[in-house]
Amino acid sequence: MADKKDMKPGKSSAKQAPDASRRQFMKNSGLVVGGVAGGSLLGGLLTNQFKSDKSAPVKTEDQKVELTEARMFFERYEDFVVLEQATERILPKDDNGPGAIELGVPYFIDKQMAGSWGINGTDYRQGPFLKNDPPVDQTSLNRGQVIITGIRKMNEESKNRFDVTFDKAEEEQQIEILQDFESSKVKLRGVNAGSMFQLLRELTMEGAYSDPLYGGNRNMAGWKMQEFPGAVPSYADIIEKEEFVKRDPMSLTSYQQKS
Amino acid sequence: MAEKLDKVDVVVVGSGWAGGIAAAELSKAGYKVVCLERGKERSTKDFVGSKDELRYTKRHELAQDLTKQTMTFRNNVGEDAIPMRKHNGYPIYDEGTGGTSVHWSGWSYRWLPFDFEIRSKIIEKYGEERIPKDMIVQDWGVTYDDMEPYYDKWEKTAGISGEVNPLGPPRSDEYPNPPMKESPAIRLFADATKKLGYHPFRMPAATVSQQYVNPDGETINACVFCAFCSMYGCDFAAKADPIVTVLKTAQKTGNFEIRNNAHVKRILHDGKKATGVLYVDPLTLEEFEQPADLVVSAAFFSGNNRLMMLSGIGEQYNPETGKGVIGKNFTSHYTGIGGNAATAYFEDKKFNTFAGAGALGCVIDDFNGDHIDNTDTDFLHGFNISIFQDGAAAIANNRVPQGTPYWGKEFKEKSVHYAHRYLNIGGMQGTMPYTHNYLDLDPTYKDVYGDPLLRITAKFTDQERNMAKMIAEKCAEIAEEMGADIIDTPPVADDVEMTSSSVNTHAAGGVIMGVDPETSAVNTYSQVWGMENVFVVGGSSFPHFGNSNPTETIGAFAYRAAEGMIKYLKGDGGLLVESKTSKETV
Ligand SMILES: Cc1cc2nc3c(=O)[nH]c(=O)nc-3n(C[C@H](O)[C@H](O)[C@H](O)COP(=O)(O)OP(=O)(O)OC[C@H]3O[C@@H](n4cnc5c(N)ncnc54)[C@H](O)[C@@H]3O)c2cc1C
Ligand code: SF4
Repeated sequence: MADKKDMKPGKSSAKQAPDASRRQFMKNSGLVVGGVAGGSLLGGLLTNQFKSDKSAPVKTEDQKVELTEARMFFERYEDFVVLEQATERILPKDDNGPGAIELGVPYFIDKQMAGSWGINGTDYRQGPFLKNDPPVDQTSLNRGQVIITGIRKMNEESKNRFDVTFDKAEEEQQIEILQDFESSKVKLRGVNAGSMFQLLRELTMEGAYSDPLYGGNRNMAGWKMQEFPGAVPSYADIIEKEEFVKRDPMSLTSYQQKS
Repeated sequence: MAEKLDKVDVVVVGSGWAGGIAAAELSKAGYKVVCLERGKERSTKDFVGSKDELRYTKRHELAQDLTKQTMTFRNNVGEDAIPMRKHNGYPIYDEGTGGTSVHWSGWSYRWLPFDFEIRSKIIEKYGEERIPKDMIVQDWGVTYDDMEPYYDKWEKTAGISGEVNPLGPPRSDEYPNPPMKESPAIRLFADATKKLGYHPFRMPAATVSQQYVNPDGETINACVFCAFCSMYGCDFAAKADPIVTVLKTAQKTGNFEIRNNAHVKRILHDGKKATGVLYVDPLTLEEFEQPADLVVSAAFFSGNNRLMMLSGIGEQYNPETGKGVIGKNFTSHYTGIGGNAATAYFEDKKFNTFAGAGALGCVIDDFNGDHIDNTDTDFLHGFNISIFQDGAAAIANNRVPQGTPYWGKEFKEKSVHYAHRYLNIGGMQGTMPYTHNYLDLDPTYKDVYGDPLLRITAKFTDQERNMAKMIAEKCAEIAEEMGADIIDTPPVADDVEMTSSSVNTHAAGGVIMGVDPETSAVNTYSQVWGMENVFVVGGSSFPHFGNSNPTETIGAFAYRAAEGMIKYLKGDGGLLVESKTSKETV
């Protein structure tokens, strides 16, 4: 029941969305066939856009297009792919189920950093702040700045050590860099690297296992993997039971009252 | 200029259990009561559909707005304290109607006769030389027998669901409700501890086991084990909190008004008596003066201390001279020592630990207070041990055995494998006060209104470290008896030091009670020695921390304080108890 209800909006948008959005895009950018696409940088980007859209494989019935998966915090694609790979190393895909990327963790983090959490909107922010390699909680940088600082340094380390960007490095090489962050061997400007890594790890777990309303835990796959039922009104019927009870998870989309 | 409002009989600062009880009792007695609550208006409607771990547990939706105020922390005099910039694990504390008392878990214990006469009892059993010089432990000035009727009253207001502690102190009555249903994990713990010769009993719970009408006529529903409980308001009005009990009772009298968005900055006074309070609306920044005959400060330990300090009531404690009382005897159920608990992993058992309730649990009291013989222990006082099943949600539920990496392939595999294959057994340790653990105002950091923040100066001693080690041993012993395949106890480093995240919502002291104004700030009715129409109610009045959760004792003392306030208002004023010097009493 709950499952079906959750799926519905996704399914319908899967069929209509790409078309509708492309039409919208063309309208907004003033582009019509035969219009001024030019050879400018902007034009090049736009051309790419069309290309990838055209060459995109036809979506199968049960494949969803996540219309919420566009960047609202990370400006540079090259930073975002580092984030993707770093989170995937923290929570990799395996026989148990999907990893960070498939769960939508990078987009979850992108949204978190764009929102009040990323700007420490609920924290005490009066100075003075700690100066000497401070932990995330005591630096003058906000969380978004901490994440960007760390992610760029990961890339830089990879280029220096292995001559490739972090996202193209071998898994083992990526892990080595992350371990050096974790143990604070790497030095960041304005924040302790180990502490930055802990923040990234925490965000990864949150993205994998929070309610899907935040953009992670895609299709509740994190919950299914962990056998967590989500937001269930009552467990009065099973609390005394000896055997383990497995049920389809329910998200807040189904749980909360709606008109 | 602050706008001066019409005078009322009583102004109460804070709407948690402490303030709510005062409000209910005084408005029932016919006094006009205004409660000033700095946080927003809240009702049970706000909690419907709130099963969102990220928002509530991780981002602390219900907790205090730290953009306005926080506390600062340091270990030693002479160091710069650093502000607690965000909530860590457990929130620093809460605001909004009902206060921290809304998103609590509901573990509800009485403290022991030993606790109230702790100094005398230690001296009696082990001699005065056993008490370290800097451990300023003192008798409270009341006995358990004095407090029993108030405990009973609070349990009935909150509909506590429990089973009588076989080792517990005498009671005038049973719990108003039977214990909650028993889960297999609880059963396993109960059987194992029984086999080991201990005396398990079901955790007394404010997550109520059946629909219940309290003596004030308020209904509390039956808990459905929905598992989003600790850090959440109850979806079903089944957890006893001030919103469904005392604040409702106060409202019904017609003598009560709760004013939200009212941050009290000062208790106004002429040096002898209070005249009212000064508050600011955090939304509009307008200031108001609320005159009153009686001022009740029930603003949690931190708010109470800060209000006394900012208002210049009582002398600030000085750790170097030992003089002064305000800010003295800061204690907490510190976290981050290590030890203290055991995680039991089972290879071929899976538990429905995603289900549960804040106070679904089982406890042993065999090491509590004077149930444990301190002759051969390297600490004084004791602890309890419990198992609880409050609902493991998915973000937090990623425990892996020690030695497993914290991320990556192996972590993922094991965290998924063990997700429902582990149980936690934990201890709650009594905390002794020390000359060096105290509170005052921070010289550097200010709140959004320009007033200095409260500063905590505190550090661990071997007393806490040693106790944590013994708790871990005992928890491990129980885990083994329960049949665990892997048992983890977090190590206690010899030099582990307190950090700001060691302080949690079980924090107390600073405006402590006693019989002697030289060593206490309030009497046992929570009435300020030097200012008879100010009552400071809550954990701030505890001279030390007992070894179980504080709220029932806060509630019991709030009932006692309310009785004192009524007596005070009815009579010709004056102090409710004569002060004595310590020499006369010890
Ligand atoms: C997650 C969690 C679980 C817990 N579980 C348990 C448990 O199982 N058992 C237990 O015994 N205890 C538990 N506690 C602790 C318990 O919540 C507190 O002991 C209890 O709520 C304290 O009640 P109080 O009335 O003293 O303070 P509060 O309930 O915090 O009320 C104080 C109120 O005063 C207001 N205030 C403060 N300063 C001002 C000011 N200057 N002006 C106006 N208003 C002000 C605050 O906004 C707040 O609403 C738990 C706490 C938390 C956070
Ligand atoms: S577990 Fe019980 S008391 Fe707690 S929130 Fe759910 S229904 Fe309410």
